[in-house]
Amino acid sequence: MSELRYTKDHEWARIENDITICGISDYAQNALGDVVYVELPDAGRIVKAGEQIAIVESSKVASDVYAPMDGIITAVNDTLSSNPGLVNEAPTGQGWFLKIKFSDAAQYAALMDEKSYTDYTKGLHE
Amino acid sequence: MVPFAGWDMPVQYPLGMLKEHLHCRTAAGLFDVSHMGQLILEGEDILAQIEKIMPGDFIDMQPGQMKYSFLLNEEGGVIDDLIVTRPIGEDDKVYIVVNASGREVDVAHIQKHLPDVKIMLLDRALLALQGPTAAKVLSHFCDAPKKLSFMTADKFQIYGIGECFIGRSGYTGEDGFEISVPNDTVEKFSRELLKYEDVQFIGLGARDSLRLEAGLCLYGHDLDEQTSPVEAALVWAIGKHRRAEGGFIGSEKIQKQLASNGINRKRIGIRPNGRALAREQTIVQDEHANPIGIITSGGFGPSTAGPVCMGYVNVDHAQIGTQVFLLVRGKPLPAQIVPLPFVPHRYIKKG
Repeated sequence: MSELRYTKDHEWARIENDITICGISDYAQNALGDVVYVELPDAGRIVKAGEQIAIVESSKVASDVYAPMDGIITAVNDTLSSNPGLVNEAPTGQGWFLKIKFSDAAQYAALMDEKSYTDYTKGLHE
Repeated sequence: MVPFAGWDMPVQYPLGMLKEHLHCRTAAGLFDVSHMGQLILEGEDILAQIEKIMPGDFIDMQPGQMKYSFLLNEEGGVIDDLIVTRPIGEDDKVYIVVNASGREVDVAHIQKHLPDVKIMLLDRALLALQGPTAAKVLSHFCDAPKKLSFMTADKFQIYGIGECFIGRSGYTGEDGFEISVPNDTVEKFSRELLKYEDVQFIGLGARDSLRLEAGLCLYGHDLDEQTSPVEAALVWAIGKHRRAEGGFIGSEKIQKQLASNGINRKRIGIRPNGRALAREQTIVQDEHANPIGIITSGGFGPSTAGPVCMGYVNVDHAQIGTQVFLLVRGKPLPAQIVPLPFVPHRYIKKG
């Protein structure tokens, strides 16, 4: 599996063949606090990068989640409906949100790598 | 830290809201509620005097008894909700705890209507120790847990801390104590309490979910100057004699509302069928998408393991079991009118 790449809106993505798996970053789950609800889209939906695809709610706030790449949603992580806390426990592992069959690998390459993202989030604190 | 009525207060401590909430329901939570206003009212026939501005049955109060009440405007709307205590051995005084946002408003209102009463704002800290093991912990410091039952209060000496005014009351639905502590020893006392494994500091976030599950109102959200205690389903806090005899500010309106089903809306509990949260200001609809009410407090209830809300709906939709819809992000989500509280109160009443 490829390395994690990040969007400015704190989604992560990694790719495997022509599928991207995505979720929200550790930074995002930390900022949200305890996640208590995740609303996921239906598989089969065609999405554009930057399009709102999910909602994540913590006890503090509801937040939109955006598609990191263009494509068609092939799977969603149904476990999150019964166990939304997985987003806090393992944001880039078992707490994944959905899979997208993507059409343009260049969109992945254009996302931030771990170091750029870390620098980016540091900038947000200042 | 967030600004709250002019105070910087922690939304959560390192434990996090969910765990803080659950901790308070299973052990003991410590809350710094020093932002609340602690007033002493002093004057001749003080109990009779405060009956002019509040609808409680104060004249019959026993020394050491506490009572939930409210200041009302002429229209019967709630200016603030508060707790009145009749202290033991001080017949010309009452001790009142008001909301932070109400300090100035309340004092001005009381002074205006009771010009002969002397009002003192106490410069003391206020801690709340809440939860099923709160009594066990506090018994290491004083015998308040042995002497007090729910809604009674007295003064206790705590070694190294000083004289504390302790009431068996709170805002979580659990057994617990509210402790007025001298400013200069409150930090020491907090640290001593936190040495017990049972005790964790609880922030504003969990304070809100605890009181919401307990069906308790938050002023400025579930109560305001346009809302009467009859609409707010707080008639139990209006003394029986007082309902009949009136004689308090707003009593004419209140009596009218009580006599003739004179209200259009009522505070109720609402439980969404799904897991999506419905927050404050969410519109409540009937099955035909007509607006019938509004959510005034809503969020996740960790002890109910799902979303919980309270709000106001038209009286014809206020019956327990009525199906309603909550307009969340443009979608009507099914929900039900349910009884309050969501989590049973576990107060220690006189045995």
